[in-house]
Amino acid sequence: MSVMNTTVPSAEQILGPTPGQILRRKVFGHRGIVIGGGIFLFIVLMALLAPWLAPYDPYHQDLVARLAPPVWHEKGTWDHILGTDQVGRDYLSRLIYGARISLLIGIMAALISGIIGTVMGVAAGYFGGKVDLVVTFLITCRLSLPVILVSLAVVAIVGGSLEMVILVLGLLLWDRYAVVMRASTQQIRSLDYVAAAQAAGCSTWYILAREILPNVMNQLIVVATLEFAHAVLLEAALSFLGLGVQPPLPSWGLMISEGRNYILFDPWLIAIPGSALFMMLLAVNLLGDGVRDVTVPENRA
Amino acid sequence: MLVYTAKRILLAILVSLTVSALVFSLLYLSGDPATALAGERASQADIMAIRAAYGFDQPVYVQYFKWLAGAVQGEFGESVYFRLPVIDLILERLPVTMTLGVCAMIFALALSIPLGVLAAMYPNSLIDRAALLLAVVGQAMPSFWFALMLIVLFAYWVPILPASGSDSWQHFVLPTIVLGYYATPAFMRLTRTGLLDVLSSDYVRTARAKGLRPAKVLFKHALRNAIIPVVSLAAVQFGFMLTGSIIIETVFALHGAGFLAWESISRSDFPTVQAVLLLFSWFYIILTFLADLLNAWLNPRIRVA
Repeated sequence: MSVMNTTVPSAEQILGPTPGQILRRKVFGHRGIVIGGGIFLFIVLMALLAPWLAPYDPYHQDLVARLAPPVWHEKGTWDHILGTDQVGRDYLSRLIYGARISLLIGIMAALISGIIGTVMGVAAGYFGGKVDLVVTFLITCRLSLPVILVSLAVVAIVGGSLEMVILVLGLLLWDRYAVVMRASTQQIRSLDYVAAAQAAGCSTWYILAREILPNVMNQLIVVATLEFAHAVLLEAALSFLGLGVQPPLPSWGLMISEGRNYILFDPWLIAIPGSALFMMLLAVNLLGDGVRDVTVPENRA
Repeated sequence: MLVYTAKRILLAILVSLTVSALVFSLLYLSGDPATALAGERASQADIMAIRAAYGFDQPVYVQYFKWLAGAVQGEFGESVYFRLPVIDLILERLPVTMTLGVCAMIFALALSIPLGVLAAMYPNSLIDRAALLLAVVGQAMPSFWFALMLIVLFAYWVPILPASGSDSWQHFVLPTIVLGYYATPAFMRLTRTGLLDVLSSDYVRTARAKGLRPAKVLFKHALRNAIIPVVSLAAVQFGFMLTGSIIIETVFALHGAGFLAWESISRSDFPTVQAVLLLFSWFYIILTFLADLLNAWLNPRIRVA
């Protein structure tokens, strides 16, 4: 496009905007994507730059400065902008490092469950028949098991840790991927270009990788954002119930759980990490909704 | 319809069996269940005694079939902690969970259906945007945090409602709001899109052209059809709500089955955990089965497929 622009200055007027330009306009004109993306980018940067941003060591306890209120409180000071927790750890530093844990768990769980669910869904949708029957049955079984209860029980039996939470959530949250991928693959399988590829003698692997997968990518991204949010939420809930990430790691859910005993006099201990969690989930949901709005076939240029 | 029902029953039974096997095998994740039950400081003799008492020395499949045969008859063994039959414990707690579930469902439907209808009648209006905002916020709100913030607000700052317990109806108000709000976005979106779809259909245009009153068109012609998917979603959501009640009941110390499950998990009371897990799963299977039958009855096309 850039070559065309330099040789024929009026090309844009003749040809109109390219698909890329239309997409860019849609993305930046979509309020949900801009707001959600902005917040999410902020949180990601916060997590990546944690060692430079955090004013204190998130694990350093200072029992003299216990339960210091945040700066907007009448007794708050700029020493601890968001105050300190029950053992005197700087709350802002813990909040910043907590973003790392939520992001790590969300990404890893969405990735593991995404691989499982996509393989199952695409296989069911493409091959149909017995494969479809088995996959549908597995999805039904998985949906019948309550996620929270199963993950609580498994973590209680095996022991809670960051890796265990990622593994348990990754192995449990594949259902939506499988359902969506199965439906989209079924649609695409009956299209002419797949039949053409089959007629041309392409191998099944080639068709799956080059014809099917690129065309279900949009849906895959939307489901991935949903499951990312789901995993982050479940990790927080598990940690809140004491069966997720273990102390002293600064997980937001764990911070809410630890602040619970001080709910009456120091409610900011739960309000601050909870707001952070809420903002992250809001951002990801807005982003997911936006991606769907922009990329559904009817909206495409 | 009969063939469809028979097929669907067979599927439900197969799923129930598979799920029961999965629930049973959870116990073996720890390696040796007898050691896990006995605790860290148990002697070798204690472990042997427990192994014999709970039948862990038998082959796994014998244990599974014994457990399943008991479960089908409502016999889940004895709670390790309370030394009482598990089924009695659950039956004692279940009314609280059911009350919470039904209240939350009513709250969610009463909030989401009128909002969804208004949003569909006036798309892109202020009320549509407000409804959308409510849904977006609801989807992002961690329910346990929402519960705690409501406790701060209504139990401490404006003390009009109790923070925990399950003795009076006031104890159910906050949990109902939290659990109901959690299910609201899905209902509202479905009502809105369903109604928007129906309102642009031919038969609604015909009804309007006949000169029927707008209220009659809306309630008698449009809403009736738009509400069908909401009904089947309600069945599924009720199942999700029961599991959501684990967190809500724990936060509010409501003595329901979910709270029992959490307590039992923290006490390593495996027979109780397995029983609650299995009962919740079976309950969900029955609900989705009924929802599917209802759908098939309302929509003949499903029966053939």
